[in-house]
Amino acid sequence: MSGKSLFEKVWDDHVVVPETADTPAIFYIDLHIIHEVTTPQAFNMLRETGMPVRRTDLVLATMDHSTPTVPIENLEESLDAVSDPEPAAQIRAMVKNCADFGIELHGFGSGHRGIVHVIGPEIGATQPGKTIVCGDSHSSTHGAFGAMGFGIGATMVGHVLATQCLLIRKPKSMAVNITGKLQPGVGAKDVILALIGKIGVDGGTGHVIEYRGDTVSAMNMEERMTICNMTIEAGARAGMIAPDQTTIDYLRGREKVPKGADWDAAVERWLALASDPDATFDIEVDLDVSELEPQVTYGTNPAMVVPISKPVPNPGSNLSHKKSIEYMRVEADRPMLGTKVDVVFVGSCTNSRMTDLRNVAKILDGRKVADTVRMLIVPGSESVKKEAESEGLDKIFVAAGAEWREAGCSMCLGMNSDKLGKGQLCVSTSNRNFEGRQGPGGRTVLASPETAAASAVAGVIADPRDVI
Amino acid sequence: MEKITQLTSKTIVLAIDDVDTDQIVPARFLTTTEREGIGVSLFADWRFDKDGNEIADFPLNSPDAQGRQILVAGRNFGCGSSREHAPWALHDFGIRAVISSEIADIFRNNSLNNGLIPVVVDAATHRWLLDNPGAEVTVDVENCTITLPTGQTVSFPIEPFARHCIIEGIDQMGFLLQNLDNIKAFENSRAWNPSLNI
Repeated sequence: MSGKSLFEKVWDDHVVVPETADTPAIFYIDLHIIHEVTTPQAFNMLRETGMPVRRTDLVLATMDHSTPTVPIENLEESLDAVSDPEPAAQIRAMVKNCADFGIELHGFGSGHRGIVHVIGPEIGATQPGKTIVCGDSHSSTHGAFGAMGFGIGATMVGHVLATQCLLIRKPKSMAVNITGKLQPGVGAKDVILALIGKIGVDGGTGHVIEYRGDTVSAMNMEERMTICNMTIEAGARAGMIAPDQTTIDYLRGREKVPKGADWDAAVERWLALASDPDATFDIEVDLDVSELEPQVTYGTNPAMVVPISKPVPNPGSNLSHKKSIEYMRVEADRPMLGTKVDVVFVGSCTNSRMTDLRNVAKILDGRKVADTVRMLIVPGSESVKKEAESEGLDKIFVAAGAEWREAGCSMCLGMNSDKLGKGQLCVSTSNRNFEGRQGPGGRTVLASPETAAASAVAGVIADPRDVI
Repeated sequence: MEKITQLTSKTIVLAIDDVDTDQIVPARFLTTTEREGIGVSLFADWRFDKDGNEIADFPLNSPDAQGRQILVAGRNFGCGSSREHAPWALHDFGIRAVISSEIADIFRNNSLNNGLIPVVVDAATHRWLLDNPGAEVTVDVENCTITLPTGQTVSFPIEPFARHCIIEGIDQMGFLLQNLDNIKAFENSRAWNPSLNI
């Protein structure tokens, strides 16, 4: 009998009642992260049925998706001035729902409000071996810690609030072996975009991915989060990385991690989660990144990606690809390099952490954003904002002509007023280049923070290797 | 939830691959705190021009499409965001089954929780359905089959418990609530405590 994989160990540790031919497993959730957009209907259901939230101590609540990225002094007086009525109502509903059901809310000015997948790790609530869900598909981010994180819909949010459990069947497993030393100017975002390009937007459907190999081991936690974050863009349920010393060093001393002897016991438990040497997987994929170039998308899903110097593939008779390229107003058989840029967005749960902001600052330092470009830099959390300002990064951004904003999801999905105009082309560090994702008619090119910064300065899509 | 054991309808065909949930319901419509009435935002940017007028050649706008309950979509339907607004909007529009050769995981689960039947069929059957818009198809949830006008019957996979809930018109929550004692026992037996309050 073969050994267990990381995923299988975490799965087995959370089965309350095993699955049968007739029923899925009853599966326990250790951390439920909630935000204002995908919970109102679930709280309504609890009210209608008179049920409480079963474990308020396992819920981490914040507001990020529809929040303004301009400063809010207080909800009552200044929210309406900077927000449309519906998002403002949703934000107020979140405050009320958390108060009514006894859930601590990391709200405006709490120091830890921010994007759900940024604050979980930063306060140490995200830990190896946990099961973590959120009404947000990028919950896969938490897998960077050897947790099993996955997105759920509002009905299942209700199930977890009421019972702390979900009904699910065990997914299949996939190993992605990433090897090779990355060239300067090429990073985690380029790696995950290249992988999605290789296996497709449905390449992981039904599977939990484990990312392995020396490239992954050499990455810091924020880079690993970028990798796991975009797992869902390959259609996979979750993406995980085995906990190692890098993981432990990141978590040590954070607010929600165990203390004293409990910490030592936790570390021992966490380090034992790595896949056994003889663990097997349903699928294995290899990716050598030693020659990898910066990657940019050219179409309307994240698998439509090319190395920055290589031509956009000809769609031939593929009607979906043809429609996509027409929407993007991109020419086949020519590289994306040199394409005129209107907006550059640095932010989102993919790339809004200190590593990302430092990489952007290195390129912007002493340079100017092109006159024709609007550049928006949105930190992932209040805490990231504070840390960036303590390092003086904000001054570099503002001196270069970029806008430095309050934390939130912002222009990743355009639920607040940070939107692209019709036809505008945006080089974005976010995760989705779907049609109109950043604003109706907007055109998104996904790229790394380094490529985004280099493009902001050049006014056209530019190779960061030329400016570092 | 309404009980569904079987439904027969002509199809609407949307022959585009990788349709993401941002297209099914654009993010700007997610600011609602309700689940009803979302059908008006279904495929908003593909159905309506910037002035709110219907775009004539979009399949859901065809006069023939009104009242049809089965959507045949390109491969990998429902990828992307976890927003349950996507199945809510399709259901609100009147759709009760989506047929494709592949359906994204989160969308599939959300659909099963809302009486929208995700039907995954083999490539040849999918091709035939894409090529024959308006074909009258029967989706039999009890027997997990679809029947084409040619008389051909094709089976499709569906999670047995979700199928049971759809046939009975019940929410999956009931089964979880019946197991609260097991959940409590599990919590008490654990070697470590996930609480944020420690």
